[in-house]
Amino acid sequence: MSAVAVEVRPPLWRRLIGFNALTAVVFGIGGYYLGWFIGHHINGASVAYLGVGGIDQNDLSVFLGYFLGVAGFLIGMGFGVYPWARLRGYPPSLREKEQQGVGRYFGLCTDHKVVGIQYLCGIGLFFFIGGLNAMLIRVELLSPARQVFPAGQYLTLVGMHGTMMMGIMSSAILGPFANYFVPLMIGARRMAFPRIESLTFWLLMAGGAILTTTIFFGGFPTGWTGYQPLNDQANTGMDSYIVFFALVGISMCLLGLNMIATIVTMRAPGLTWSRLPIFCWGVLSTAVLQLLAAPVLIAVLGMAMLDRTAQTTFFIPSGGGSPYLYQNLFWVFGHPEVYILALPGFAIVLELLPVFARKPLWGYRLAVAGMLGVTLLSWLVWQHHLFMSGINSNLRPFYMLSTELISIPTGFTFLCGLMTLWRGQIRFTVPMLFCLAWFFNFLIGGLSGVFLSDVPSDVTTHGSFFSMAHFHYTIMGGLVFTFFAAIYYWIPKMTGFQLNERLGKIHFWVMFIAFNSTFAPLFAAGFLGQARRDVTYPAHLQFINDWVSISAFVLGASMLVFLYNFVHSLLFARIKAPVNPWSSLSIEWQLPSPVPVHNFDQIPVFTSDPYGYGEPSRPSALPAASPAGGSS
Amino acid sequence: MAPPAVTPASPSVAHGKRFLIAWIVLSAIATPLVAIFLGPAIPPGNDSVQASEQVFSNTVMVSISTPVCVFVLLFLLYVFASFRSRGSALVDGPPIRGDARIQLIWMVVTSATVLFLAGFGTYELLKSGSGGGQGPNAAFQPAGYKRALDVQVIGQQWEFTYRYPTYGGVEVPHLVLPADTLIRLHVTSLDAIHSFWAYQLGVKADANPGVDNIVYVETKGPLQFDIHCAELCGLWHGYMFDTGHVVGASTFAAWIKRQQSYFEPVMRYLPPYATNYLPDPSRRAG
Repeated sequence: MSAVAVEVRPPLWRRLIGFNALTAVVFGIGGYYLGWFIGHHINGASVAYLGVGGIDQNDLSVFLGYFLGVAGFLIGMGFGVYPWARLRGYPPSLREKEQQGVGRYFGLCTDHKVVGIQYLCGIGLFFFIGGLNAMLIRVELLSPARQVFPAGQYLTLVGMHGTMMMGIMSSAILGPFANYFVPLMIGARRMAFPRIESLTFWLLMAGGAILTTTIFFGGFPTGWTGYQPLNDQANTGMDSYIVFFALVGISMCLLGLNMIATIVTMRAPGLTWSRLPIFCWGVLSTAVLQLLAAPVLIAVLGMAMLDRTAQTTFFIPSGGGSPYLYQNLFWVFGHPEVYILALPGFAIVLELLPVFARKPLWGYRLAVAGMLGVTLLSWLVWQHHLFMSGINSNLRPFYMLSTELISIPTGFTFLCGLMTLWRGQIRFTVPMLFCLAWFFNFLIGGLSGVFLSDVPSDVTTHGSFFSMAHFHYTIMGGLVFTFFAAIYYWIPKMTGFQLNERLGKIHFWVMFIAFNSTFAPLFAAGFLGQARRDVTYPAHLQFINDWVSISAFVLGASMLVFLYNFVHSLLFARIKAPVNPWSSLSIEWQLPSPVPVHNFDQIPVFTSDPYGYGEPSRPSALPAASPAGGSS
Repeated sequence: MAPPAVTPASPSVAHGKRFLIAWIVLSAIATPLVAIFLGPAIPPGNDSVQASEQVFSNTVMVSISTPVCVFVLLFLLYVFASFRSRGSALVDGPPIRGDARIQLIWMVVTSATVLFLAGFGTYELLKSGSGGGQGPNAAFQPAGYKRALDVQVIGQQWEFTYRYPTYGGVEVPHLVLPADTLIRLHVTSLDAIHSFWAYQLGVKADANPGVDNIVYVETKGPLQFDIHCAELCGLWHGYMFDTGHVVGASTFAAWIKRQQSYFEPVMRYLPPYATNYLPDPSRRAG
């Protein structure tokens, strides 16, 4: 469509001036110091008067610094340009910075495929930082009593690991893969709100950077849950946590909104709800959870911020507040959040199994019902996190029931996945291996969840390494494994180059074995009395912990195998991938790789779902050269 | 590109029947083994009535999990062995899009299992509180709760102390409980949220500031047990542990008498016994 015009490009220094990531960082730092300065003028005197630690305790200036820093960052990125142009009466437009070249990856770009790749790299960066924290935690736990890190630093590591993973990985599938592939799968040329799409990514990056700065403010001691009143006691490092999570909340909320609007309104002709790829259903249910849960998080963090700066007492018992309020609000967000992490995993597994088992998805409607059922039930279970807290204990049987009910729709996903494999022609490719590992991991995660949902069994396991092992099996085993499945599956389409299969298999087997060797023993450690987030543990558990630590280091090393494969294959080897290496019937694989900027020359018309493997009337594949037409 | 070959719709081997028989046989072998050998070995052990009940709950859970686990793992192994694509040519499987009968059976079986588990858990919970913190006014109390011995557990950063209202509200730094007695622990906190975890007794209850979180435990014979804070409560959370004792009735009587006389000089500086304490607002950190 777009004629490739040869233009004379200005020199590099000239191209660096303008709205891009470099300007954004400069404006962000400038904004931080402006806010810091204002905060000290407002609050400096009263802080000095109260004598609670002087300048370091001026939360107001830190918050203002972060807020103006984020504002400066977004302005520098160019998010102000379009609203300003509209204010001055310029006509509306949909697209920005959709030119070719590397520069578009470092700024506001409204091409959903660029945003997808931005997300993949950005999330990868913070995933590695979070993973590095986990390695340091395991270094500390090599010995029951001897300290590598001071107690406060250890808690900061634990908190940063949890918060980083929970916050950033909430968008692990939706950010890179849904942004990239949902418009392709539904036959659209863009997302519903392309600028918001870019905004969600840059908010997440700003948030990740802010959480990392907590180490300059002394860290925070609360873990990822940020429970009150410890939250209120903590020093200014806590502010980084609050601003980070609030930014993640805004990002998630907008991402969900964008996904819902796109899937509901922008489907191509013929793509009825019962023909929608199951991946889009998974994205839609996750998006509903994101849109509705994230505002609760933003609100509760806003209240925590007011408690810390404006001397309100929402959560301070001596001022009439209640720590229970925080716990309730946090988990009203927090439990749907767990499914925000798990549901995309279901979606990837169910989307990929038909391709590699060469069979239609078994029980499409049941699979959709399973996802929607999880979406609904995830709102009704949050107080199982408070089984031991003494709040309204008469409701515990209800939460026990509702929690266990979730295993019914989750069971639908298992049934549909397993029956898709039944009598198929299974090909054990790298993405398929990661999907199959999901069954094993989520089975263990789900069954251990039954122990936690039962109050008598929960007494010992609550707050112990058992629950920690449980949610690592569901989130790392459920989300991270499918995240890698999606990478190995879709990278040939996203970049046009193929990843090394041999290294991929080495990555899989090392990761799968090390993952189980790391987290399975932790069920035992929890049952034997090791509490979470403890810098010490009983001496007789040292063998288990050393075993776990060494396994964790191997797990970390498997990520390096992946990183080497990724960088080497895409930047150095650059072996062209076939247009449709997996012989998939899904529409994105019928387009050339990489996908042209406007996706489709002509909006396709759908006549069936993309799972017609083995069916005589299966839609013929599109000719790779002309990205036109549909499956008709 | 020619469309790939398709495997025939009806298989030559009755895979379904073969798998189901294998599953039933394996489950019938594995489940009793798990119930008899693994279940009772799951902590927290049998050092209190509540701990024993938890062991029983764990046994039931792990026994019910066994057939589920066997089903999925055996299914995967069967599928890997029987349905892997052989040769390099692309072959499609049979286009089966679902089976209403299987879906219905699956729904009925999973729902029945879940409802049984919830019912069983509720029954076990209401019988004796099962050692979990149940707050100040739970609707269900264990039998004989009126005669229970009150002991208060006060969490603060970063230690637990214990008050005995029955013995004049004496406050001691280490927990000692009489054997073969129903104890009512009132767990509260002075600052952040802690969680009182007496591992061998099978007790866990969060200590919230301003809240009287009641938990019942019925002790058995003399015992030394580990106490640990199980909710992240700040810098020295990892060091908030202690050892408690369950002792015979006469030893306990002698011990509490000694404590009363030992702490007598400081008793008048203690606030009067209350089921919960709120910290002085002027000491609120921020």
